[in-house]
Amino acid sequence: MIRAVVTLLISSGLSILIALSFSRTNPPTGQDWALSFAFVICSWVAAWSASWVADLVLPKAQTRWLVPTIFGLGVIAAWEAYVRTSAIPVVLLPSPSEIAAKFVATLPILKADFVQTILRAVIPGWLMGSGAGFLAALVCDRNDFLRRGLLPLGNLVAALPIVGVAPILVMWFGFDWPSKAAMVVVMTFFPMLINTLAGLNASGQMERDLMRGYGADWFTTLIKLRLPAAMPFIFNALKINSTLAMIGAIVAEFFGTPIVGMGFRMSTEVGRQNLDMVWAEIAVAAISGSFFYGCLSLAERRVTFWHPSYRR
Amino acid sequence: MKRNLLPILTVTLAIIVMWYLACIPMNAVLTTPKIAAAGGGLANTLAYSWNEVRPVLPSPHQVAREIWNTVFAVAPWTIKSLVYHLWITLSSTLVGFIMGGLLGILLAISIVHTASLEKSLMPWVIASQTIPILAIAPMLIVVLGKTGLPDIFTKASISTYLCFFPVTIGMVKGLRSPDVMQQDLMRTYNANAAQTLWKLRLPASLPFLFASLKVSVAIALTGAIVAELPTGAVAGIGARLLNGSYYGNTLQIWAALFVAAFAAAMMVWLLSELEKQSLKRMGAKP
Repeated sequence: MIRAVVTLLISSGLSILIALSFSRTNPPTGQDWALSFAFVICSWVAAWSASWVADLVLPKAQTRWLVPTIFGLGVIAAWEAYVRTSAIPVVLLPSPSEIAAKFVATLPILKADFVQTILRAVIPGWLMGSGAGFLAALVCDRNDFLRRGLLPLGNLVAALPIVGVAPILVMWFGFDWPSKAAMVVVMTFFPMLINTLAGLNASGQMERDLMRGYGADWFTTLIKLRLPAAMPFIFNALKINSTLAMIGAIVAEFFGTPIVGMGFRMSTEVGRQNLDMVWAEIAVAAISGSFFYGCLSLAERRVTFWHPSYRR
Repeated sequence: MKRNLLPILTVTLAIIVMWYLACIPMNAVLTTPKIAAAGGGLANTLAYSWNEVRPVLPSPHQVAREIWNTVFAVAPWTIKSLVYHLWITLSSTLVGFIMGGLLGILLAISIVHTASLEKSLMPWVIASQTIPILAIAPMLIVVLGKTGLPDIFTKASISTYLCFFPVTIGMVKGLRSPDVMQQDLMRTYNANAAQTLWKLRLPASLPFLFASLKVSVAIALTGAIVAELPTGAVAGIGARLLNGSYYGNTLQIWAALFVAAFAAAMMVWLLSELEKQSLKRMGAKP
Protein backbone atom coordinates (compact mmCIF):
# COMPACT_ATOMS: atom_id res chain seq x y z
CA MET A 1 0.00 0.00 0.00
CA ILE A 2 2.67 2.49 1.06
CA ARG A 3 4.85 1.46 -1.86
CA ALA A 4 1.95 2.01 -4.27
CA VAL A 5 1.10 5.45 -2.95
CA VAL A 6 4.75 6.54 -2.88
CA THR A 7 5.26 5.37 -6.48
CA LEU A 8 2.14 7.23 -7.53
CA LEU A 9 3.21 10.44 -5.76
CA ILE A 10 6.79 10.40 -7.05
CA SER A 11 5.90 9.58 -10.66
CA SER A 12 3.03 12.04 -10.92
CA GLY A 13 5.14 14.71 -9.22
CA LEU A 14 7.92 14.13 -11.73
CA SER A 15 5.52 14.25 -14.68
CA ILE A 16 4.00 17.53 -13.45
CA LEU A 17 7.50 18.98 -13.03
CA ILE A 18 8.49 17.99 -16.56
CA ALA A 19 5.19 19.26 -17.97
CA LEU A 20 5.77 22.62 -16.25
CA SER A 21 9.27 22.89 -17.67
CA PHE A 22 7.78 22.23 -21.10
CA SER A 23 5.15 24.92 -20.84
CA ARG A 24 7.94 27.47 -20.39
CA THR A 25 9.58 26.56 -23.72
CA ASN A 26 6.38 26.96 -25.70
CA PRO A 27 5.99 26.00 -28.54
CA PRO A 28 7.87 22.70 -28.23
CA THR A 29 10.92 22.47 -30.46
CA GLY A 30 11.65 18.76 -30.31
CA GLN A 31 15.21 19.51 -29.17
CA ASP A 32 14.83 18.01 -25.71
CA TRP A 33 13.73 14.53 -26.78
CA ALA A 34 15.34 12.95 -23.70
CA LEU A 35 13.08 15.03 -21.48
CA SER A 36 9.91 14.07 -23.36
CA PHE A 37 11.00 10.44 -23.26
CA ALA A 38 11.42 10.72 -19.49
CA PHE A 39 8.00 12.33 -19.40
CA VAL A 40 6.42 9.37 -21.19
CA ILE A 41 8.03 6.93 -18.77
CA CYS A 42 6.99 8.98 -15.71
CA SER A 43 3.39 9.39 -16.82
CA TRP A 44 3.13 5.72 -17.75
CA VAL A 45 4.40 4.72 -14.31
CA ALA A 46 1.94 7.21 -12.79
CA ALA A 47 -0.94 5.62 -14.72
CA TRP A 48 0.15 2.18 -13.67
CA SER A 49 0.55 3.06 -10.00
CA ALA A 50 -2.83 4.82 -10.06
CA SER A 51 -4.41 1.56 -11.15
CA TRP A 52 -2.31 -0.18 -8.48
CA VAL A 53 -3.69 2.10 -5.75
CA ALA A 54 -7.22 1.68 -7.14
CA ASP A 55 -6.75 -2.07 -6.99
CA LEU A 56 -5.80 -1.89 -3.30
CA VAL A 57 -8.37 0.68 -2.18
CA LEU A 58 -11.57 -0.17 -4.06
CA PRO A 59 -13.85 -3.14 -3.34
CA LYS A 60 -13.09 -6.23 -5.38
CA ALA A 61 -16.21 -6.17 -7.57
CA GLN A 62 -15.27 -2.83 -9.12
CA THR A 63 -11.57 -3.45 -9.72
CA ARG A 64 -12.15 -5.98 -12.50
CA TRP A 65 -13.20 -3.21 -14.88
CA LEU A 66 -11.81 -0.11 -13.22
CA VAL A 67 -8.16 -1.11 -12.92
CA PRO A 68 -7.57 -1.81 -16.62
CA THR A 69 -9.68 1.25 -17.54
CA ILE A 70 -7.60 3.61 -15.39
CA PHE A 71 -4.47 2.05 -16.83
CA GLY A 72 -5.69 2.45 -20.42
CA LEU A 73 -6.80 6.05 -19.91
CA GLY A 74 -3.40 6.79 -18.36
CA VAL A 75 -1.62 5.39 -21.41
CA ILE A 76 -3.79 7.45 -23.78
CA ALA A 77 -3.15 10.57 -21.68
CA ALA A 78 0.59 9.91 -21.77
CA TRP A 79 0.41 9.47 -25.56
CA GLU A 80 -1.45 12.76 -25.98
CA ALA A 81 0.98 14.55 -23.68
CA TYR A 82 3.97 13.09 -25.51
CA VAL A 83 2.72 14.24 -28.92
CA ARG A 84 2.02 17.73 -27.55
CA THR A 85 5.41 18.14 -25.90
CA SER A 86 7.79 16.45 -28.31
CA ALA A 87 6.87 18.24 -31.57
CA ILE A 88 6.77 14.85 -33.29
CA PRO A 89 5.49 15.39 -36.86
CA VAL A 90 1.89 14.30 -37.46
CA VAL A 91 2.98 12.01 -40.31
CA LEU A 92 4.76 9.89 -37.70
CA LEU A 93 2.31 9.85 -34.81
CA PRO A 94 -0.96 11.79 -34.52
CA SER A 95 -2.35 12.48 -31.05
CA PRO A 96 -5.46 10.69 -29.74
CA SER A 97 -7.49 13.92 -29.91
CA GLU A 98 -6.65 14.40 -33.60
CA ILE A 99 -7.59 10.79 -34.29
CA ALA A 100 -10.90 11.21 -32.45
CA ALA A 101 -11.65 14.38 -34.45
CA LYS A 102 -10.88 12.59 -37.72
CA PHE A 103 -13.01 9.64 -36.62
CA VAL A 104 -16.05 11.86 -36.10
CA ALA A 105 -15.43 13.85 -39.28
CA THR A 106 -15.17 10.82 -41.57
CA LEU A 107 -17.93 8.65 -40.12
CA PRO A 108 -19.65 7.97 -43.50
CA ILE A 109 -16.41 6.70 -45.09
CA LEU A 110 -15.63 4.59 -42.06
CA LYS A 111 -19.12 3.14 -42.16
CA ALA A 112 -18.82 2.20 -45.85
CA ASP A 113 -15.48 0.52 -45.15
CA PHE A 114 -16.96 -1.27 -42.16
CA VAL A 115 -19.83 -2.64 -44.27
CA GLN A 116 -17.50 -3.73 -47.08
CA THR A 117 -14.89 -5.44 -44.91
CA ILE A 118 -16.65 -6.60 -41.76
CA LEU A 119 -20.24 -7.25 -42.80
CA ARG A 120 -19.56 -8.59 -46.32
CA ALA A 121 -16.27 -10.43 -45.90
CA VAL A 122 -15.39 -11.12 -42.28
CA ILE A 123 -18.71 -12.30 -40.84
CA PRO A 124 -19.94 -14.51 -43.74
CA GLY A 125 -16.46 -15.96 -44.18
CA TRP A 126 -16.11 -16.59 -40.47
CA LEU A 127 -19.49 -18.34 -40.35
CA MET A 128 -18.77 -20.47 -43.42
CA GLY A 129 -15.21 -21.36 -42.46
CA SER A 130 -16.06 -22.24 -38.86
CA GLY A 131 -19.18 -24.14 -39.97
CA ALA A 132 -17.25 -26.12 -42.57
CA GLY A 133 -14.50 -26.91 -40.07
CA PHE A 134 -17.10 -28.09 -37.57
CA LEU A 135 -18.83 -30.35 -40.12
CA ALA A 136 -15.49 -31.73 -41.30
CA ALA A 137 -14.66 -32.55 -37.68
CA LEU A 138 -17.94 -34.47 -37.33
CA VAL A 139 -17.18 -36.44 -40.51
CA CYS A 140 -13.66 -37.16 -39.25
CA ASP A 141 -15.12 -38.29 -35.96
CA ARG A 142 -17.23 -40.92 -37.72
CA ASN A 143 -14.38 -42.05 -39.93
CA ASP A 144 -11.22 -42.84 -38.02
CA PHE A 145 -9.12 -43.41 -41.17
CA LEU A 146 -9.95 -39.91 -42.39
CA ARG A 147 -9.21 -38.47 -38.95
CA ARG A 148 -5.78 -40.04 -38.77
CA GLY A 149 -5.04 -38.72 -42.24
CA LEU A 150 -6.44 -35.20 -41.87
CA LEU A 151 -5.36 -34.33 -38.33
CA PRO A 152 -1.56 -34.28 -38.92
CA LEU A 153 -2.22 -32.42 -42.15
CA GLY A 154 -4.38 -29.90 -40.29
CA ASN A 155 -1.68 -29.40 -37.68
CA LEU A 156 0.81 -28.78 -40.49
CA VAL A 157 -1.47 -26.30 -42.24
CA ALA A 158 -2.02 -24.45 -38.97
CA ALA A 159 1.72 -23.67 -38.92
CA LEU A 160 1.81 -22.43 -42.51
CA PRO A 161 1.71 -18.77 -43.56
CA ILE A 162 -1.81 -19.07 -44.98
CA VAL A 163 -2.13 -15.35 -45.75
CA GLY A 164 0.09 -16.13 -48.71
CA VAL A 165 -2.89 -17.71 -50.45
CA ALA A 166 -4.48 -14.25 -50.70
CA PRO A 167 -3.11 -13.34 -54.15
CA ILE A 168 -4.32 -16.65 -55.58
CA LEU A 169 -7.80 -16.20 -54.16
CA VAL A 170 -7.98 -12.62 -55.45
CA MET A 171 -7.08 -13.99 -58.87
CA TRP A 172 -9.80 -16.63 -58.69
CA PHE A 173 -12.69 -14.79 -57.09
CA GLY A 174 -12.15 -11.27 -58.38
CA PHE A 175 -11.41 -7.97 -56.65
CA ASP A 176 -14.65 -7.56 -54.71
CA TRP A 177 -15.68 -9.07 -51.38
CA PRO A 178 -16.08 -12.74 -52.48
CA SER A 179 -12.31 -13.19 -52.65
CA LYS A 180 -11.97 -11.68 -49.16
CA ALA A 181 -14.69 -13.94 -47.76
CA ALA A 182 -12.97 -16.93 -49.40
CA MET A 183 -9.71 -15.91 -47.72
CA VAL A 184 -11.48 -15.82 -44.36
CA VAL A 185 -12.96 -19.28 -45.01
CA VAL A 186 -9.53 -20.72 -45.77
CA MET A 187 -8.02 -19.13 -42.67
CA THR A 188 -10.71 -20.21 -40.24
CA PHE A 189 -11.30 -23.79 -41.44
CA PHE A 190 -8.34 -25.60 -39.89
CA PRO A 191 -8.34 -24.04 -36.40
CA MET A 192 -11.99 -25.05 -36.09
CA LEU A 193 -11.32 -28.58 -37.38
CA ILE A 194 -8.44 -29.19 -34.97
CA ASN A 195 -10.16 -27.70 -31.93
CA THR A 196 -13.47 -29.46 -32.52
CA LEU A 197 -11.71 -32.80 -32.90
CA ALA A 198 -9.82 -32.20 -29.66
CA GLY A 199 -13.08 -31.18 -27.99
CA LEU A 200 -14.99 -34.23 -29.15
CA ASN A 201 -12.39 -36.36 -27.40
CA ALA A 202 -12.61 -34.31 -24.22
CA SER A 203 -15.44 -36.25 -22.60
CA GLY A 204 -14.24 -38.96 -20.25
CA GLN A 205 -14.30 -42.69 -20.94
CA MET A 206 -16.54 -43.21 -17.91
CA GLU A 207 -19.25 -40.88 -19.21
CA ARG A 208 -19.09 -42.46 -22.66
CA ASP A 209 -19.47 -45.90 -21.13
CA LEU A 210 -22.48 -44.61 -19.24
CA MET A 211 -24.03 -43.41 -22.50
CA ARG A 212 -23.38 -46.80 -24.01
CA GLY A 213 -24.98 -48.36 -20.95
CA TYR A 214 -28.08 -46.28 -21.67
CA GLY A 215 -28.10 -47.72 -25.20
CA ALA A 216 -27.55 -44.27 -26.76
CA ASP A 217 -26.52 -44.22 -30.41
CA TRP A 218 -23.73 -42.05 -31.89
CA PHE A 219 -26.03 -39.09 -32.56
CA THR A 220 -27.60 -39.02 -29.08
CA THR A 221 -24.20 -39.37 -27.44
CA LEU A 222 -22.98 -36.49 -29.59
CA ILE A 223 -25.86 -34.17 -28.66
CA LYS A 224 -26.15 -35.04 -25.00
CA LEU A 225 -22.56 -35.62 -23.99
CA ARG A 226 -19.77 -34.95 -26.45
CA LEU A 227 -20.85 -31.63 -27.99
CA PRO A 228 -21.47 -29.97 -24.61
CA ALA A 229 -18.07 -31.26 -23.46
CA ALA A 230 -16.50 -29.91 -26.66
CA MET A 231 -17.99 -26.44 -26.27
CA PRO A 232 -14.99 -24.83 -24.50
CA PHE A 233 -12.76 -25.99 -27.35
CA ILE A 234 -15.22 -24.82 -30.00
CA PHE A 235 -15.47 -21.38 -28.42
CA ASN A 236 -11.71 -21.23 -28.22
CA ALA A 237 -11.58 -21.83 -31.99
CA LEU A 238 -14.31 -19.24 -32.61
CA LYS A 239 -12.29 -16.67 -30.67
CA ILE A 240 -9.05 -17.47 -32.49
CA ASN A 241 -10.97 -17.32 -35.75
CA SER A 242 -12.50 -13.91 -34.98
CA THR A 243 -9.00 -12.36 -35.04
CA LEU A 244 -7.84 -14.47 -37.97
CA ALA A 245 -10.93 -13.46 -39.96
CA MET A 246 -10.17 -9.74 -39.57
CA ILE A 247 -6.56 -10.29 -40.58
CA GLY A 248 -7.50 -12.42 -43.58
CA ALA A 249 -10.05 -9.98 -44.95
CA ILE A 250 -7.84 -6.92 -44.54
CA VAL A 251 -4.67 -8.53 -45.88
CA ALA A 252 -6.56 -9.86 -48.92
CA GLU A 253 -7.49 -6.26 -49.69
CA PHE A 254 -3.81 -5.40 -50.13
CA PHE A 255 -3.74 -7.63 -53.23
CA GLY A 256 -6.49 -5.89 -55.13
CA THR A 257 -9.81 -4.37 -54.13
CA PRO A 258 -12.57 -1.99 -55.23
CA ILE A 259 -12.12 1.53 -53.85
CA VAL A 260 -13.76 0.77 -50.52
CA GLY A 261 -12.75 -1.36 -47.55
CA MET A 262 -10.60 -1.02 -44.45
CA GLY A 263 -7.46 -2.57 -45.91
CA PHE A 264 -7.73 -0.45 -49.05
CA ARG A 265 -8.24 2.73 -47.04
CA MET A 266 -5.29 2.03 -44.78
CA SER A 267 -2.87 1.32 -47.60
CA THR A 268 -3.91 4.37 -49.66
CA GLU A 269 -4.04 6.80 -46.73
CA VAL A 270 -0.57 5.72 -45.65
CA GLY A 271 0.57 6.63 -49.14
CA ARG A 272 -1.08 10.05 -48.81
CA GLN A 273 0.47 10.49 -45.35
CA ASN A 274 -2.93 10.91 -43.68
CA LEU A 275 -1.91 9.01 -40.60
CA ASP A 276 -4.87 10.25 -38.55
CA MET A 277 -7.23 8.60 -41.04
CA VAL A 278 -5.28 5.35 -40.77
CA TRP A 279 -5.50 5.48 -37.00
CA ALA A 280 -9.24 6.14 -37.20
CA GLU A 281 -9.49 3.00 -39.35
CA ILE A 282 -7.42 1.10 -36.80
CA ALA A 283 -9.80 2.33 -34.10
CA VAL A 284 -12.72 0.89 -36.10
CA ALA A 285 -10.87 -2.42 -36.43
CA ALA A 286 -9.99 -2.48 -32.74
CA ILE A 287 -13.50 -1.58 -31.60
CA SER A 288 -15.25 -4.08 -33.86
CA GLY A 289 -12.64 -6.74 -33.04
CA SER A 290 -13.06 -6.25 -29.31
CA PHE A 291 -16.86 -6.16 -29.66
CA PHE A 292 -16.79 -9.39 -31.66
CA TYR A 293 -14.56 -10.99 -29.04
CA GLY A 294 -16.68 -9.68 -26.18
CA CYS A 295 -19.89 -11.10 -27.68
CA LEU A 296 -18.20 -14.47 -28.06
CA SER A 297 -17.02 -14.38 -24.44
CA LEU A 298 -20.55 -13.61 -23.26
CA ALA A 299 -22.00 -16.44 -25.34
CA GLU A 300 -19.30 -18.75 -24.03
CA ARG A 301 -20.27 -17.89 -20.46
CA ARG A 302 -23.88 -18.70 -21.19
CA VAL A 303 -23.15 -21.98 -22.95
CA THR A 304 -20.31 -23.32 -20.80
CA PHE A 305 -21.46 -21.98 -17.43
CA TRP A 306 -20.47 -25.32 -15.89
CA HIS A 307 -16.79 -24.95 -16.76
CA PRO A 308 -14.38 -24.68 -13.77
CA SER A 309 -12.93 -21.36 -14.97
CA TYR A 310 -16.30 -19.64 -14.36
CA ARG A 311 -16.90 -21.06 -10.90
CA ARG A 312 -16.69 -18.60 -8.06
CA MET B 1 3.48 -42.10 -36.36
CA LYS B 2 3.79 -45.36 -38.31
CA ARG B 3 0.14 -46.09 -37.64
CA ASN B 4 -0.79 -42.78 -39.23
CA LEU B 5 1.45 -43.15 -42.26
CA LEU B 6 -1.07 -44.94 -44.46
CA PRO B 7 -3.96 -42.52 -43.76
CA ILE B 8 -1.71 -39.49 -44.30
CA LEU B 9 -0.41 -40.88 -47.58
CA THR B 10 -3.95 -41.68 -48.70
CA VAL B 11 -5.22 -38.18 -47.91
CA THR B 12 -2.18 -36.57 -49.57
CA LEU B 13 -2.64 -38.73 -52.66
CA ALA B 14 -6.35 -37.85 -52.77
CA ILE B 15 -5.49 -34.14 -52.59
CA ILE B 16 -2.99 -34.47 -55.46
CA VAL B 17 -5.50 -36.37 -57.60
CA MET B 18 -8.19 -33.77 -56.88
CA TRP B 19 -5.68 -31.05 -57.68
CA TYR B 20 -4.91 -32.57 -61.10
CA LEU B 21 -8.63 -32.98 -61.81
CA ALA B 22 -9.38 -29.42 -60.71
CA CYS B 23 -6.81 -28.13 -63.20
CA ILE B 24 -9.06 -29.16 -66.10
CA PRO B 25 -12.13 -26.96 -65.33
CA MET B 26 -10.08 -24.19 -63.70
CA ASN B 27 -7.90 -23.70 -66.76
CA ALA B 28 -10.75 -24.26 -69.24
CA VAL B 29 -10.95 -20.51 -69.98
CA LEU B 30 -7.45 -20.58 -71.40
CA THR B 31 -7.25 -24.07 -72.80
CA THR B 32 -10.59 -24.62 -74.59
CA PRO B 33 -9.57 -22.93 -77.87
CA LYS B 34 -6.21 -24.68 -77.91
CA ILE B 35 -7.75 -28.08 -77.26
CA ALA B 36 -10.27 -27.52 -80.03
CA ALA B 37 -7.49 -26.45 -82.39
CA ALA B 38 -5.50 -29.57 -81.56
CA GLY B 39 -8.47 -31.76 -82.44
CA GLY B 40 -9.94 -32.40 -78.96
CA GLY B 41 -9.79 -35.76 -77.26
CA LEU B 42 -8.81 -36.74 -73.73
CA ALA B 43 -5.06 -36.78 -74.34
CA ASN B 44 -5.05 -33.24 -75.71
CA THR B 45 -7.31 -31.98 -72.90
CA LEU B 46 -4.96 -33.32 -70.25
CA ALA B 47 -1.83 -32.20 -72.04
CA TYR B 48 -3.04 -28.61 -72.38
CA SER B 49 -4.72 -28.32 -68.97
CA TRP B 50 -1.66 -29.51 -67.10
CA ASN B 51 0.98 -27.58 -69.05
CA GLU B 52 -0.45 -24.09 -69.51
CA VAL B 53 2.27 -21.43 -69.43
CA ARG B 54 0.30 -19.01 -67.22
CA PRO B 55 -2.35 -21.27 -65.71
CA VAL B 56 -5.16 -20.20 -63.40
CA LEU B 57 -4.34 -23.28 -61.35
CA PRO B 58 -0.92 -24.79 -62.07
CA SER B 59 -0.63 -28.55 -61.86
CA PRO B 60 1.54 -30.10 -59.13
CA HIS B 61 4.37 -31.07 -61.47
CA GLN B 62 4.53 -27.53 -62.83
CA VAL B 63 4.91 -26.17 -59.28
CA ALA B 64 7.55 -28.80 -58.54
CA ARG B 65 9.46 -27.85 -61.69
CA GLU B 66 9.26 -24.14 -60.83
CA ILE B 67 10.60 -24.85 -57.33
CA TRP B 68 13.42 -26.92 -58.83
CA ASN B 69 14.24 -24.14 -61.29
CA THR B 70 14.32 -21.39 -58.68
CA VAL B 71 15.90 -23.28 -55.80
CA PHE B 72 18.43 -25.70 -57.26
CA ALA B 73 19.00 -24.63 -60.85
CA VAL B 74 20.19 -21.07 -60.11
CA ALA B 75 23.01 -19.74 -57.95
CA PRO B 76 21.59 -19.27 -54.42
CA TRP B 77 22.63 -15.61 -53.96
CA THR B 78 21.07 -14.10 -57.06
CA ILE B 79 17.76 -12.26 -57.21
CA LYS B 80 16.22 -15.10 -59.23
CA SER B 81 16.80 -17.64 -56.51
CA LEU B 82 14.08 -18.46 -54.00
CA VAL B 83 16.79 -19.34 -51.49
CA TYR B 84 17.88 -15.69 -51.51
CA HIS B 85 14.30 -14.46 -50.99
CA LEU B 86 13.65 -17.05 -48.32
CA TRP B 87 16.79 -15.96 -46.48
CA ILE B 88 15.64 -12.31 -46.51
CA THR B 89 12.31 -13.32 -45.01
CA LEU B 90 13.77 -15.82 -42.56
CA SER B 91 16.30 -13.37 -41.17
CA SER B 92 13.64 -10.84 -40.20
CA THR B 93 11.46 -13.71 -38.94
CA LEU B 94 14.23 -14.87 -36.63
CA VAL B 95 15.07 -11.38 -35.35
CA GLY B 96 11.37 -10.78 -34.62
CA PHE B 97 10.98 -14.22 -33.08
CA ILE B 98 13.90 -13.70 -30.69
CA MET B 99 12.81 -10.17 -29.72
CA GLY B 100 9.19 -11.25 -29.27
CA GLY B 101 10.18 -14.32 -27.27
CA LEU B 102 12.36 -12.27 -24.93
CA LEU B 103 9.70 -9.59 -24.54
CA GLY B 104 7.09 -12.25 -23.80
CA ILE B 105 9.26 -13.93 -21.18
CA LEU B 106 10.09 -10.58 -19.52
CA LEU B 107 6.41 -9.59 -19.42
CA ALA B 108 5.44 -12.95 -17.98
CA ILE B 109 8.12 -12.76 -15.27
CA SER B 110 7.02 -9.28 -14.21
CA ILE B 111 3.35 -10.26 -14.29
CA VAL B 112 3.99 -13.31 -12.12
CA HIS B 113 5.95 -11.26 -9.58
CA THR B 114 3.72 -8.18 -9.35
CA ALA B 115 0.08 -8.80 -8.55
CA SER B 116 -1.20 -5.44 -9.71
CA LEU B 117 0.55 -5.77 -13.08
CA GLU B 118 -1.58 -8.77 -13.82
CA LYS B 119 -4.76 -6.81 -13.23
CA SER B 120 -3.68 -3.69 -15.11
CA LEU B 121 -1.50 -5.10 -17.88
CA MET B 122 -2.98 -8.51 -18.63
CA PRO B 123 -6.31 -7.23 -20.06
CA TRP B 124 -4.31 -5.00 -22.42
CA VAL B 125 -2.03 -7.82 -23.46
CA ILE B 126 -5.17 -9.70 -24.49
CA ALA B 127 -6.78 -6.63 -26.05
CA SER B 128 -3.62 -6.01 -28.05
CA GLN B 129 -4.34 -9.16 -30.02
CA THR B 130 -7.87 -8.17 -31.02
CA ILE B 131 -6.28 -5.44 -33.14
CA PRO B 132 -5.51 -7.07 -36.46
CA ILE B 133 -1.81 -6.13 -36.38
CA LEU B 134 -1.14 -7.70 -39.75
CA ALA B 135 -3.67 -5.30 -41.16
CA ILE B 136 -1.92 -2.22 -39.82
CA ALA B 137 1.51 -3.61 -40.67
CA PRO B 138 1.93 -1.39 -43.75
CA MET B 139 1.45 1.75 -41.70
CA LEU B 140 3.86 0.61 -39.02
CA ILE B 141 6.42 -0.28 -41.68
CA VAL B 142 6.15 3.13 -43.34
CA VAL B 143 6.25 5.01 -40.04
CA LEU B 144 9.11 3.02 -38.57
CA GLY B 145 10.93 3.29 -41.88
CA LYS B 146 11.03 7.07 -41.40
CA THR B 147 12.76 6.77 -38.03
CA GLY B 148 15.91 5.53 -39.76
CA LEU B 149 16.12 2.12 -38.12
CA PRO B 150 17.61 -0.66 -40.26
CA ASP B 151 15.07 -2.29 -42.56
CA ILE B 152 15.29 -5.65 -40.87
CA PHE B 153 14.17 -4.23 -37.52
CA THR B 154 11.13 -2.49 -38.95
CA LYS B 155 10.06 -5.74 -40.56
CA ALA B 156 10.89 -7.74 -37.46
CA SER B 157 8.76 -5.45 -35.28
CA ILE B 158 5.62 -6.97 -36.81
CA SER B 159 6.82 -10.46 -35.97
CA THR B 160 7.75 -9.28 -32.49
CA TYR B 161 4.26 -7.94 -31.87
CA LEU B 162 2.73 -11.21 -33.02
CA CYS B 163 5.21 -13.39 -31.13
CA PHE B 164 5.14 -11.95 -27.65
CA PHE B 165 1.49 -12.76 -26.97
CA PRO B 166 1.53 -16.59 -27.02
CA VAL B 167 4.81 -16.55 -25.10
CA THR B 168 3.43 -14.24 -22.40
CA ILE B 169 0.25 -16.27 -21.97
CA GLY B 170 2.09 -19.59 -21.96
CA MET B 171 4.86 -18.43 -19.67
CA VAL B 172 2.48 -16.90 -17.11
CA LYS B 173 0.82 -20.29 -16.95
CA GLY B 174 4.16 -22.09 -16.90
CA LEU B 175 5.78 -19.93 -14.23
CA ARG B 176 2.76 -20.61 -12.01
CA SER B 177 2.77 -24.34 -12.71
CA PRO B 178 4.93 -25.44 -9.73
CA ASP B 179 2.52 -26.54 -7.03
CA VAL B 180 2.26 -25.16 -3.50
CA MET B 181 4.32 -27.97 -2.03
CA GLN B 182 7.35 -27.13 -4.19
CA GLN B 183 7.00 -23.42 -3.52
CA ASP B 184 6.85 -24.10 0.22
CA LEU B 185 10.01 -26.16 -0.07
CA MET B 186 11.75 -23.19 -1.70
CA ARG B 187 10.55 -21.05 1.18
CA THR B 188 11.93 -23.43 3.79
CA TYR B 189 15.26 -23.22 1.93
CA ASN B 190 14.98 -19.44 2.49
CA ALA B 191 15.20 -18.88 -1.28
CA ASN B 192 14.50 -15.35 -2.48
CA ALA B 193 12.33 -14.51 -5.48
CA ALA B 194 15.22 -14.60 -7.95
CA GLN B 195 16.39 -17.99 -6.73
CA THR B 196 12.87 -19.41 -6.83
CA LEU B 197 12.52 -18.09 -10.35
CA TRP B 198 15.82 -19.51 -11.51
CA LYS B 199 15.73 -22.90 -9.77
CA LEU B 200 12.03 -23.72 -9.74
CA ARG B 201 9.78 -21.56 -11.88
CA LEU B 202 11.84 -21.35 -15.07
CA PRO B 203 12.64 -25.08 -15.30
CA ALA B 204 8.99 -25.89 -14.59
CA SER B 205 7.83 -23.56 -17.34
CA LEU B 206 9.96 -25.08 -20.11
CA PRO B 207 7.24 -27.32 -21.61
CA PHE B 208 4.89 -24.33 -21.73
CA LEU B 209 7.64 -22.20 -23.27
CA PHE B 210 8.25 -24.65 -26.09
CA ALA B 211 4.54 -25.05 -26.84
CA SER B 212 4.25 -21.25 -27.10
CA LEU B 213 7.43 -20.91 -29.17
CA LYS B 214 6.11 -23.36 -31.74
CA VAL B 215 3.00 -21.23 -32.19
CA SER B 216 5.12 -18.07 -32.20
CA VAL B 217 7.60 -19.11 -34.86
CA ALA B 218 4.80 -19.94 -37.28
CA ILE B 219 3.09 -16.56 -36.87
CA ALA B 220 6.46 -14.81 -36.92
CA LEU B 221 6.96 -16.08 -40.47
CA THR B 222 3.48 -14.90 -41.43
CA GLY B 223 4.25 -11.51 -39.93
CA ALA B 224 7.53 -11.23 -41.82
CA ILE B 225 5.82 -12.08 -45.12
CA VAL B 226 3.05 -9.54 -44.63
CA ALA B 227 5.57 -6.93 -43.49
CA GLU B 228 7.26 -7.20 -46.87
CA LEU B 229 4.14 -6.33 -48.83
CA PRO B 230 4.16 -2.53 -48.36
CA THR B 231 7.90 -1.91 -48.75
CA GLY B 232 7.65 -1.85 -52.51
CA ALA B 233 8.20 -5.58 -52.97
CA VAL B 234 11.98 -5.58 -53.40
CA ALA B 235 13.00 -8.90 -51.95
CA GLY B 236 11.62 -11.68 -49.80
CA ILE B 237 8.82 -14.21 -50.00
CA GLY B 238 6.18 -11.50 -49.61
CA ALA B 239 7.71 -9.60 -52.51
CA ARG B 240 7.54 -12.73 -54.68
CA LEU B 241 3.86 -13.11 -53.83
CA LEU B 242 3.09 -9.47 -54.63
CA ASN B 243 5.14 -9.54 -57.84
CA GLY B 244 3.47 -12.73 -58.95
CA SER B 245 0.04 -11.28 -58.30
CA TYR B 246 0.85 -8.06 -60.22
CA TYR B 247 2.09 -9.88 -63.30
CA GLY B 248 -0.32 -12.82 -63.13
CA ASN B 249 2.61 -15.20 -62.65
CA THR B 250 0.80 -17.95 -60.74
CA LEU B 251 3.72 -20.38 -60.84
CA GLN B 252 5.87 -17.90 -58.96
CA ILE B 253 3.19 -17.47 -56.26
CA TRP B 254 2.72 -21.19 -55.77
CA ALA B 255 6.45 -21.88 -55.66
CA ALA B 256 6.97 -19.12 -53.08
CA LEU B 257 4.07 -20.47 -51.01
CA PHE B 258 5.39 -24.00 -50.95
CA VAL B 259 8.91 -22.90 -50.06
CA ALA B 260 7.52 -20.74 -47.22
CA ALA B 261 5.40 -23.65 -46.02
CA PHE B 262 8.46 -25.90 -46.04
CA ALA B 263 10.43 -23.32 -44.05
CA ALA B 264 7.62 -23.01 -41.47
CA ALA B 265 7.39 -26.78 -41.09
CA MET B 266 11.17 -27.01 -40.69
CA MET B 267 11.26 -24.35 -37.97
CA VAL B 268 8.46 -26.03 -36.02
CA TRP B 269 10.24 -29.37 -36.42
CA LEU B 270 13.53 -27.89 -35.20
CA LEU B 271 11.81 -26.46 -32.12
CA SER B 272 10.16 -29.75 -31.28
CA GLU B 273 13.53 -31.53 -31.59
CA LEU B 274 15.02 -28.91 -29.26
CA GLU B 275 12.11 -29.48 -26.89
CA LYS B 276 12.70 -33.23 -26.88
CA GLN B 277 16.41 -32.78 -26.17
CA SER B 278 15.96 -30.25 -23.37
CA LEU B 279 13.19 -32.22 -21.69
CA LYS B 280 15.35 -35.33 -21.88
CA ARG B 281 18.24 -33.44 -20.23
CA MET B 282 15.83 -32.41 -17.49
CA GLY B 283 14.91 -36.01 -16.85
CA ALA B 284 11.49 -36.23 -18.46
CA LYS B 285 10.31 -39.71 -19.27
CA PRO B 286 10.54 -40.44 -22.98
